[in-house]
Amino acid sequence: MTRHPGAALVRCAAVVLGLVLWFAGAGPAAALTQPQAFAMAAGDSDERIGALNAAVAAADPALAAYVQALLADEVKVAGGRAYIVRGEQVLDTASGAAVSLPEGAQDVINNNRMRRELGAAAAAMQLLSPDRDQRARGIAELRSQADESKLPLIDKAAAMETDAALKQQLELLRAAVGISSEDKLRRLEAATLLAGSRLPATRALLLERQAEESEAEVKAAIKASLAQVERRLLWGEWLGVLFTGISLGSILMLVALGLAITYGLMGVINMAHGELMMIGAYATYVVQNLFRQHLPGAFDLYVLAAIPVSFLAAALAGAVLERSVIRWLYGRPLETLLATWGISLILMQTVRSIFGAQNVGVENPAWLSGGLQVLPNLTLPWNRLAIIAFAALVLLGVALLISKTRLGLFVRGVTQNRRMASCVGVNTARVDTYAFALGAGIAGLAGCALSQVGNVGPDLGQGYIVDSFMVVVLGGVGQLAGTVYAGLGLGVLNKLLEGWQGAVLAKIMVLVFIVIFIQKRPQGIFALKGRSAEA
Amino acid sequence: MKTTRRQAGQTLTAIALGLATLGYSSFASAQDTIKVGVLHSLSGTMAISETVLKDTVLMAIDEINAKGGVLGKKLEPVVVDPASNWPLFAEKAKQLISQDKVAVTFGCWTSVSRKSVLPVYEETNALLFYPVQYEGEELSKNVFYTGAAPNQQAIPAVEYLMSKDGGSAKRWVLLGTDYVYPRTTNKILRAFLHSKGVADADIMEEYTPFGHADYQTIIAKIKKFAGEGKKTAVVSTINGDSNVPFYKELGNQGLKATDVPVVAFSVGEEELRGVDTKPLVGHLAAWNYFQSIKNPTNDEFIKKWSAYAKAKGIAGHKDRPLTNDPMEATYIGVHMWAQAVNKAKSTDTDKVIAAMAGQTFKAPSGIVSKMDEKNHHLHKSVFIGEIKADGQFNVVWKTPGPVVADPWSDFIPENKGRLNVPESKKVAAK
Repeated sequence: MTRHPGAALVRCAAVVLGLVLWFAGAGPAAALTQPQAFAMAAGDSDERIGALNAAVAAADPALAAYVQALLADEVKVAGGRAYIVRGEQVLDTASGAAVSLPEGAQDVINNNRMRRELGAAAAAMQLLSPDRDQRARGIAELRSQADESKLPLIDKAAAMETDAALKQQLELLRAAVGISSEDKLRRLEAATLLAGSRLPATRALLLERQAEESEAEVKAAIKASLAQVERRLLWGEWLGVLFTGISLGSILMLVALGLAITYGLMGVINMAHGELMMIGAYATYVVQNLFRQHLPGAFDLYVLAAIPVSFLAAALAGAVLERSVIRWLYGRPLETLLATWGISLILMQTVRSIFGAQNVGVENPAWLSGGLQVLPNLTLPWNRLAIIAFAALVLLGVALLISKTRLGLFVRGVTQNRRMASCVGVNTARVDTYAFALGAGIAGLAGCALSQVGNVGPDLGQGYIVDSFMVVVLGGVGQLAGTVYAGLGLGVLNKLLEGWQGAVLAKIMVLVFIVIFIQKRPQGIFALKGRSAEA
Repeated sequence: MKTTRRQAGQTLTAIALGLATLGYSSFASAQDTIKVGVLHSLSGTMAISETVLKDTVLMAIDEINAKGGVLGKKLEPVVVDPASNWPLFAEKAKQLISQDKVAVTFGCWTSVSRKSVLPVYEETNALLFYPVQYEGEELSKNVFYTGAAPNQQAIPAVEYLMSKDGGSAKRWVLLGTDYVYPRTTNKILRAFLHSKGVADADIMEEYTPFGHADYQTIIAKIKKFAGEGKKTAVVSTINGDSNVPFYKELGNQGLKATDVPVVAFSVGEEELRGVDTKPLVGHLAAWNYFQSIKNPTNDEFIKKWSAYAKAKGIAGHKDRPLTNDPMEATYIGVHMWAQAVNKAKSTDTDKVIAAMAGQTFKAPSGIVSKMDEKNHHLHKSVFIGEIKADGQFNVVWKTPGPVVADPWSDFIPENKGRLNVPESKKVAAK
């Protein structure tokens, strides 16, 4: 960290000034001065934080704006003065007047520690805002970083607060600060109060204090509170494991669903299934680029447009594949396996030649970024929630298609008894093509979904081909329901094992489990019963 | 099958002939060009990081050729693609050395690929320049390591996070891809943390396979671990394209750098290209170079790269040129090799190795980079950068001056008393 000795005097002066203002307490809101602003922007982190905390207690509106500017990296310093630079506009921090930026002005760099302190300062000042939402946000922000310097503001806010819920949260904040106090009674009171918290930050705080506490009475209070907080947090943890399991399961189900049709119903071992997913993912990428170029305003909606496009692209590829290669090979599984494997290599190389060997970037639209905070220690990412819903919809669609439509009827008929179906006038060759294209199209949908959580590259499909065969075989060949149970089951199992033994071992254990399971029950979870079942 | 004495004799003769040919290769290739091998994955999981290094080598070669080449001859690059497939690295290296007769190879990123080609370079006494930070525990006379050793990257980064400005971290998550670099680095870091008084209960170590894409559980675990005590920091040695889902998940689950900072050793400007960096502001990386470093040498380096990327139409870089640490290390390596060849007046491996000692080059990181006289590593300054919203890094800390590499880290007990000098003449000893 570099120091500017020349500026030291100015800084000292500012710190002193700040302290004076702080002792002046809640007097008339003092305006932000240039030396103060400069002291917060330049020099050693310790001194900057000192100046900032000294000024915060005054809760001056000009300071709030300045802290926001610091957080947004909009402040530059030159010659002992600080300036707010917004695009072309340069403002003097104290007067707010437009000025011109001097030569050689330097950016103010905030490290994590500074950003944390600035964030806490901004939040502390929000506590006094007239807007309830802003106050709530301030409290939420302060939860993990309240310290002694914010106490006067928290006290003031608690005294003024009229909303009961917020008042209670402010009390918790006070307790979080108070538990580190010198005064034993205050510590004891704080420890008891904190039992009402539902935050992971409180657990960390209590654990830390528990180790450091010397008074037996306080220690016991901390321990009791800790047990309560932990009990509440446990729920979030278990729900989290369940959610990640379902999320992985929904992905597995989605990638296996197409295969359940082509392999399960039609008996085609399609090694190019993964590459059909890749085609879906690349179709999403192309749609994204088209939106970016031609419809930048509606960019966030590109995913919706990409869904039918990826389905059609993969379905078309599947239909061509079926017409040109696979239909000559029905009933010859070994040749089909080899031929489709060759096709998968051709498809990968084609994509490499068109888009390059590197991964391409598929961005999440804004509405699929971030997450939904359900519990303080459980955030469900939007993209994963969307994929679960999407998988459910696709499943529903496929189930309806197979059970309710004429095409579904034909597919079932041909699957059960090809000759008989042919005799009653079903064009079995055409049904084969349609069914294969449907399976391929669903693979394309899976690719579109995968592009939102993982990398899109030419070998995207390779990573999923083994998984999808695993799900179909485990679920039982010829059964859609089996695919659903197997996909979700494997997902949850995998995540449970991963939480316990780590990702590498979990993968191995799942494979071992499947090998053993298939040994014991070769027909999978659900076996097709009746006349059509083969050996 | 039994090997008869005659067969053994034949084999020996063949090997002898082969070696003889190799020995004369410098005469045989005495034509208009000197061939230079480029051994970087252009496909597979590592392509995200390595492809651009191939282009950097080509740019440096163009630069040298524009100034008249080396020893009056032009350099001719031979590019191969080992496709993130570790055994294929060794095959391609053999092909470069024995078929293409390259004078030197620039290549490899992962340590597992370097370990795979190492026997090839040592047996044939060829020369490899390795441009990426790595775990140390290796010092071959046939390799020049232009990336950082652990004490030039990992240890300063952890020291920074322990400092007040770094957030006074007390608990540590060591997270990595499951192979030799993360495992060894974490072994060194664990020993280092022990020496600083961190207990084993305050260290969590986690590994994921190459190409892992589902980081939900890992992030949940980190959150839980961070909620169990004092300030926690994450040290990530995740490599390759797994970083994209990792950082996406990190952002989506709302794990902020002000709460739990993540410092990465294999994530630079290039790896963050495909990621929305707004939720990641403040997470850190430790390198010996950042694009955002301001000095005239770096300005020129970025300008050259931008022009080159535009001229060659390099995907991504032609619109948004980025430079990063391994690119800088590659660039220094190519130029230093050319200087050494000019000094040695030969491309003979042993002569070039002798001439490399003490070579200097004005590095874009702002120092005069120097090749150590003995230990085959560069002296490097260490920078800690925080991710900005635009995918660049703010340098928040740096070492006062260049640090000398310590490849045999003293934090591993077996290395006590080991000198940082390659065991000389391995080939002769065989």
